[in-house]
Amino acid sequence: MTEPVDPATTETMEPVPPPVSVVSTLIHVIFSRPATIVAVAIIVAFIFLAVFAPWIAPYDPVQQSILATNLSPTADHLVGTDQFGRDVLSRLIYGSRNSLIFGLVSPVLAAFFGTILGVTAGYFGGIPDRLISRVIDLLLAFPELLLAILIAAALGGGFWNIVAVLTVAFIPGFARVARATTLAVKQEPYVEAAVAVGLRTPMIIFRHVIPNIAAPIVVLITLWVASAIRLEASLSFLGMGTQAPNPSWGNIIRDGLNNLFGSPWPIVGAGLLITLIVLSFNLVGDALRDALDPDTSK
Amino acid sequence: MSALLSLRSVSVNFGRGEKALRVVDGVSFDIDVGGTLGLVGESGSGKSVTSLAVLRLIPERLGWSTRGRIEFEGQNLLDLPADKMPEIRGRDIAMIFQEPMSSLNPVMTIGSQISEALFLHGWPNRAKRHARVVEMLRLVGIPDPEGRLGAYPHQFSGGMRQRVMIAMALACSPKLLIADEATTALDVTIQAQVLELMKKIRSDTGTAILMISHDLGVIADICDRVVVMYSGRVVEVADIRSLLQRPAHPYTRGLLESVPRKGQERERLYQVPGSVPMAGSVRQGCPFRARCSVAVDKCAVKMPPMFRFAEDQRAACWVSAEQSNAPVIEDLK
Amino acid sequence: MSGLIRAEGLGKTFGGTTGWLSGKSDSVRAVDGVSLEVARGETLALVGESGCGKSTLGRLLLRLIDPTEGSVWFEGRDIASLGASEMRRMRQRLQIIFQDPFGSLSPRRTINQIISEPLEVFNVVKGRKARRERVAELLTKVGLPPGYMDRLPRQFSGGQRQRIGIARAIALNPAFIVADEPVSALDVSIQAQIINLMQDLQRDAGFSYLFISHDLAVVRHIADRVAVMYLGRIVEIGSKRQIYSVPQHPYTQALLSAAPEPEVDTVSSRIILEGDVPNPSALPTGCTFHTRCPIAQEVCRVKRPSLDEVAPNQFAACHFAKPNPIPIG
Repeated sequence: MTEPVDPATTETMEPVPPPVSVVSTLIHVIFSRPATIVAVAIIVAFIFLAVFAPWIAPYDPVQQSILATNLSPTADHLVGTDQFGRDVLSRLIYGSRNSLIFGLVSPVLAAFFGTILGVTAGYFGGIPDRLISRVIDLLLAFPELLLAILIAAALGGGFWNIVAVLTVAFIPGFARVARATTLAVKQEPYVEAAVAVGLRTPMIIFRHVIPNIAAPIVVLITLWVASAIRLEASLSFLGMGTQAPNPSWGNIIRDGLNNLFGSPWPIVGAGLLITLIVLSFNLVGDALRDALDPDTSK
Repeated sequence: MSALLSLRSVSVNFGRGEKALRVVDGVSFDIDVGGTLGLVGESGSGKSVTSLAVLRLIPERLGWSTRGRIEFEGQNLLDLPADKMPEIRGRDIAMIFQEPMSSLNPVMTIGSQISEALFLHGWPNRAKRHARVVEMLRLVGIPDPEGRLGAYPHQFSGGMRQRVMIAMALACSPKLLIADEATTALDVTIQAQVLELMKKIRSDTGTAILMISHDLGVIADICDRVVVMYSGRVVEVADIRSLLQRPAHPYTRGLLESVPRKGQERERLYQVPGSVPMAGSVRQGCPFRARCSVAVDKCAVKMPPMFRFAEDQRAACWVSAEQSNAPVIEDLK
Repeated sequence: MSGLIRAEGLGKTFGGTTGWLSGKSDSVRAVDGVSLEVARGETLALVGESGCGKSTLGRLLLRLIDPTEGSVWFEGRDIASLGASEMRRMRQRLQIIFQDPFGSLSPRRTINQIISEPLEVFNVVKGRKARRERVAELLTKVGLPPGYMDRLPRQFSGGQRQRIGIARAIALNPAFIVADEPVSALDVSIQAQIINLMQDLQRDAGFSYLFISHDLAVVRHIADRVAVMYLGRIVEIGSKRQIYSVPQHPYTQALLSAAPEPEVDTVSSRIILEGDVPNPSALPTGCTFHTRCPIAQEVCRVKRPSLDEVAPNQFAACHFAKPNPIPIG
């Protein structure tokens, strides 16, 4: 017979509920540092702005007014107006829609496809690994912006084209991280234990590999969100992103540059917002990385 | 013999105020000139932190603090200005670690690493340094020491690397060598070689050795005296013979009896119940009482002081002290 | 005793392939023609130093690694030649306990999920609730309070995690368990708990252990028979009493005398081997131990010794084992 449970085993374990839920992890991430609280507040504020733009923006963003061009900030136009007399604040608020949608959609799509490719290459090795790795290397040889410009030039602008461009540009980064972390996780004894208890390969991948590579992928998403916003701005700046007269932060800067001596406010406003949102996503990414590491989190 | 190193009521705290964690609590012991002392304990016993405190390698800026007296040749190391410590480390007190690979610089040849240690501790003459390096490598049994000077750490096996570490540690003729689990990562036959080497070095050079290990077998092999630590406290100090034959503290007894020993085959091993606590997590009474088979009410209330059980054997246990009428030791403060 | 699992001429070579874009790698002969048998209900200990191939041999017996050659007979079938789905069914009967109590439990799955996984895979216990009850039973059996089954592994100590790993291994009532250094990562006072637990469970359920360890003291306590490995080969195998009292192979003798014991006055007769274990990608000729052997002769450099019976049920692979046994002590 087995010995009865030794009393000290029970004694040393105090009855705390398992802190495993995603919500509690998120709360922990948000409130871990003051900078993160501010960053999350900024992101939430931007999402709020983007969603409720028609109600928040004081003017129609494409409404021109010959009587009010190149105004400095006044009580009526808080960030002034551009060379067509459009209200810069309203354009910035509407522009946040394009920036945030591009910023969120392509990294998430890229994470999905990149993870599939990376896990396949890392877990199975051999020929799939060699094929996928070579394609990734090839794509990585191009800078993302150059790749994006090439594809955009070939396909033209438009929402889905830009999403596709950015997704393809980001896939290699995710695939490479997914492959590397899968290789590491595959060496862990718990994966061997899963084989030993007779689990099928797809189940091993979904239960034991993906949950343990998810943390770096999620962190990477937040970092790429920042890059996507930046890249969308760059493409729009180059005239290949959001098309005029629809505002996005990128084409606001482009239009502003042509009219720099008329009014600097569009550039100042959009530049500041891009900086702010990119910084916020990077800060949240850092906090997530620390919080999702199973060794450091409580 | 006079004490080379003597610790008196040394405590190491992590954090401040009410929440401070006392990782090492009131540790006192002596190492004689040329003596060998074993420091035994499990994970979280505070044995490694104690050795780091001796070298003043406790990161004070991160909220750690050391109290008490650590006297090396009569001088309290805790009173020394911080910039004097590097002179003592390496020259007077040297240390070797469990994993020699991480303690050696991978991009420097072993010859220049040992030579550098010598240069830092007053060996300006290049030719003399060279001769000393070769002499040390020969002493620790590296074949063809002249030829191996230009080799890099990765070109050595685990056992050979540990020999290089020992050569480096001993190059400046330290008075005390601290070996922290120095043979734990090695295979049995290689461990036997390194232990043999340490015994030879002790008899050849008179270097005192502080051997930190979880393995009482290793300690019994080269140490004269043993300090047993549990949860940051010293629970027993004794000469090796008394400790192995008449352990006074129930934890020491548990450690010895839970290891299968030659000629004492039995159906079931003696088992100490429960888990090893984190150092400093027990704030009142004896830290071992939750796992102790002889604990009485008093153990939960008051931390036992040190009692004298023999000429060179003291232990902190109320029950054992009462059984053998051991007197309290007053003069250790 | 009847044989439960039997290896015949089992070998494994790692690497040595030249592939397109992957470059060349040195081949390492990890396990070299090993034959052994484990009887029903017995504990065979496999001892040796790091890199001797003992872990690889354990995994070959479970076919967690595919052998390069040889066969493994278990319940009348050669599992080395089974198809993937047949092999997966066979896994109910063959289990493993790992060395690393931290790495062997998936960090994001609860104890209940970890232990109920094998029950779920083979559908031996149907329904989530019934599985929870079975997990509670298993936890009680390994000495853990069942109330903690919804916690994550990191909330447990090393010894407790090892108990969880054991509960997972016995969940399907296996016939054969490979225990790969199950206590070497644990504190000394915890090792005895786990060893006692493993023995209690074996007494109840009657399975066999292949107990892989470098700790000769622990092996002396738990083993019925002992096999000693050196550089991928078994150099000596016999009953525990034979191996510990009358070892025939000089490597076994050196290994036994090198292990430090917590005793006074025991060090007089220690055999200290010269040098290191040779690189397994460039094995010495003849007897692989001849580079370190204190009694090696010319023949040892040339001729590989076979594993011959030197006493009833004791086998040693040494040219000088039988004609000239070396007394120890």
